[in-house]
Amino acid sequence: MAFTLYTLIQTAILCTNAIAVLHEERFLSKIGWGVDQGVGGFGDDPGVKAQILNLIRSVRTVMRVPLIIVNSACIILLLLFG
Amino acid sequence: MDLPHQGYRATKPRARAAPSAGDSVLFDDTSSAAPGMNSQGFYTPAYNMAGPSNDMQGGTGVNNLFADPMASAAMMYGSSLANQGKDMVNKEINRFMSVNKLKYFFAVDTRYVLKKLMILMFPYTHQDWEVRYHRDTPLTPRQDVNAPDLYIPTMAFITYILLAGMALGIQKRFSPEVLGLCASTALVWIIIEVLVMLLSLYLLTVHSDLSTFDLIAYSGYKYVGMIFTVLCGLMFGSDGYYVALAWSSCALMFFIVRSLKMKILPSISSDSMGMGSNSKHQLRLYITVATAVFQPIIIYWLTSHLVR
Repeated sequence: MAFTLYTLIQTAILCTNAIAVLHEERFLSKIGWGVDQGVGGFGDDPGVKAQILNLIRSVRTVMRVPLIIVNSACIILLLLFG
Repeated sequence: MDLPHQGYRATKPRARAAPSAGDSVLFDDTSSAAPGMNSQGFYTPAYNMAGPSNDMQGGTGVNNLFADPMASAAMMYGSSLANQGKDMVNKEINRFMSVNKLKYFFAVDTRYVLKKLMILMFPYTHQDWEVRYHRDTPLTPRQDVNAPDLYIPTMAFITYILLAGMALGIQKRFSPEVLGLCASTALVWIIIEVLVMLLSLYLLTVHSDLSTFDLIAYSGYKYVGMIFTVLCGLMFGSDGYYVALAWSSCALMFFIVRSLKMKILPSISSDSMGMGSNSKHQLRLYITVATAVFQPIIIYWLTSHLVR
């Protein structure tokens, strides 16, 4: 499997897009991964599930605007150069 | 006045006469017999105050050839402009990546490199795997053989790429693009592995002091095993390749488990927190073992096509 750096960038963009499209109300709450279900155990260490939910929520918040820009750039470049 | 060419041996940076305390720990030259020999020293000219004076010395040294004062003025102006650009670049880089932390990983000497290579290939007799500290800061690789460094992984990576080119050339399958492809493949695998490690350490809230550079260092040590495997495969054929693969896989797995065990798994002496964290302990164990098992797979994947 020969990777190029371009493949890596593509993978990163696709994965971030995949995380960004997980809608809060329509999907995550339905499967028990909503915002309110994450902050369960206080104490010293939050569990694995809380960390994952935290991660998803932060990625969605932080990467929303940059993803818009990057996706638009990708679309334009792919339209122009195939 | 010293000739400027003496100062530009960038192989072993030597400490200046009056360095700051932290820098002297990093860059004392321990491999020469008489440490006090170099009373005036030069860093690699990138990162310090000696840079401008080096440039000035170089400027005035060459300047003697120019009788024209305009040329000398232009030279001074050009060197000051270059210094300004250098400072700006350093400032920008420092925003993303702490250069001092990076310097720690390259503070090695030959003794350390030899011992570390021996440990990587034969870790079974090494007794003490603890990383030693000195008042809360980890010791540099010069003083502690267990400390991770980035010199060996970088050199091993470059050697691996050259060796891959040579192996492909022996089989008459070489072209210059293949080198670039090989390099970027190996780089991408390192990036993937480091990202997965970071993700798993974050998800399990492992409060260790493993920084990103530490993880890059530990995952770069497998290149030493890869080089050894490819060399044996080239010299002794397919049987030699498999024997060397088995040997370096076992050695690397042992090395990784012993090194990461100290950092990831909680020390056994703390009995008070042992109650609710049994599953956590298990997960941490899984991470360590998974990292170790991943190494031979990657070694096989990245080298099998070189040794047919």
